[in-house]
Amino acid sequence: MTTRVCIKKTLASGNRRFNLDVSFSSRGYYTILSGPSGAGKSLTLRCIAGIETPDSGRIEIAERVLFDSENRINVPVREREIGYLFQDYALFPHLNVADNVGFGLKKMLRPLSMEDKRKVSELLEIFGLKEMAESLPRDLSGGQRQRVALARALVNHPSVLLLDEPFSALDHSLREKMRAELKAVQARFNIPVILISHEPADMRAFEGDIVEYSGKGAVHKTSGSGIRLFSSSGYSTEAPCHKIHS
Amino acid sequence: MFNAIELSPLLITLKVAGLATCAAIVAGTALAYGLSRKSFPGRNWLDAFLTLPLVLPPTVMGYYIIVVMGRNGFIGRWLEQYFGISLMFTWQGAVIAASIVSLPMVIKSARAAFEGVSPDFENAARTLGQSEPSVFFRVTLPLAWRGILAGAMLAFARAMGEFGATLMVAGDLPGRTQTLSLAIYDAVEAGNDMLSMQLVIFTSVICIVMLVFSGKLLRTEY
Repeated sequence: MTTRVCIKKTLASGNRRFNLDVSFSSRGYYTILSGPSGAGKSLTLRCIAGIETPDSGRIEIAERVLFDSENRINVPVREREIGYLFQDYALFPHLNVADNVGFGLKKMLRPLSMEDKRKVSELLEIFGLKEMAESLPRDLSGGQRQRVALARALVNHPSVLLLDEPFSALDHSLREKMRAELKAVQARFNIPVILISHEPADMRAFEGDIVEYSGKGAVHKTSGSGIRLFSSSGYSTEAPCHKIHS
Repeated sequence: MFNAIELSPLLITLKVAGLATCAAIVAGTALAYGLSRKSFPGRNWLDAFLTLPLVLPPTVMGYYIIVVMGRNGFIGRWLEQYFGISLMFTWQGAVIAASIVSLPMVIKSARAAFEGVSPDFENAARTLGQSEPSVFFRVTLPLAWRGILAGAMLAFARAMGEFGATLMVAGDLPGRTQTLSLAIYDAVEAGNDMLSMQLVIFTSVICIVMLVFSGKLLRTEY
C-alpha cells in the first residue's frame, strides 16, 4: 500500500521558470497534497498518472514502480492502473452516463460483454446513477457528475485513486455529502487515495498524510500520523530519492 | 430539359469533387491532427505551406501540379515509367487538382475542431487504459467530427467550383474532363445563354445548400 513519490520537473514558458521538487512517502489510505495554487500539486498528480513526465526521480505506487529515471522506467498512462478524477471531471460529453462509466471496459468496435455490462450496472447502482444511465453529462447536476466521474475511474479496479480538488466545483452543502461518499467508496474498494485540497475540512475528514507545498513549487513541510515522510526544501537536494526508496 | 450531353459536366463534377473531397478529408484530418497536437520544428512553415492553395491563384497551383505531375515532373515521370500512366488531361488529374486546392478547407476547420477538444478528455481516456488509436477514434474524432464535416462541405463546394488548376492540369475536354465551371465558361463563350443559365443556377443552389449545412454543423454543440 506504500506510495513513494520523489520527482523533479522544470517547466519553462517564456522567461518564467517553475521548479517542482517534491518528495514524500505515505503508507496511509489518504494522502492530501495541500498548499497555494500554482505550487505544483496538480503537476505532481499528473506526473503520478503519467500525463506529464518528470525530468528525474522515481514514482512507486502499491509496490509497483511507475517511473524511475535512473533505470529508464516510464510506464505509459494506459498501463498505470490509475483512477483519475479531473478537476472539472472531464466526462466525455458525447457519451451517456452508462457509456462514460463503461468506457474503460470497452474495446474499439466491440460491444461490452455481459460480464462488463453487469460491472457497469453494479457501479451505477452503487453511485445511485441507475435512473440517469441514458442521460448526457450536460444534463446532470454537479454532484451527479462527480459520481459518474468516480464510477468511471473505478471501473478498471485501479490501484490508486487520484483526485484533483474533488470538491472545489461543488457548493457547501454538497461537499459534506460527497466527502462521506468518497470515504464510503474508499472503504468499499479498499484503495489508497491521493487528493489535492486547500480545505481544512478535507484534512479533518480524511485523516492521513498531509504534504504541504510552498509557493515556490517545492514541498516545504510535511506532517502525518507517525508515518515516515521525507521532504526536500527549496531547490536543494537534501532528501534525494535513494533515501526514500531505501 | 437535360439531355445526355448536358448531363456529363454534372456527372464529371460530382465524381471529381466527391473523390477530391474524400482525399482531402483523409489527408486534411491527419495533417490537422498533427498540427494541433504535435509540436515539431517547422510547424509554422508547414502550416503556411498547406495554406498556400487558399491564397495562390489557381493557375499558379495548376502550374506547380504540372511541374510535379507532368511528363517531365518528378512524380509524373515515375508514374509514366513504371505504370505507363499519365495524369495530364484525365479526370484523375482533375481530382488531384481539386483535392489540392480544397485541402486547406479541411485542414483549417479540422485543426480548429481538434484544438477545441480539451486534452483532458484524451488524458481521461488514457488513464482508463486506452491506446492512442483508441483515444483518437473513441474520443478525439467523435468530439471533432462536426468541425471536420463542416470543412469537408466547404472543400466539396470549393472542389466543385475549381476552374483554373483543373483547366491547366486536365484541360477542357467535353465528356471527359469538362466540369460544370468549365462548361459554363464554354457555354458563355459560345453564346448558349440557356445552357449557361441552367448550369449557373444549378451550381449556385448546390453551393448554398452546402454552406447552410456546414453552418448548421458548426453551430450545434454539446
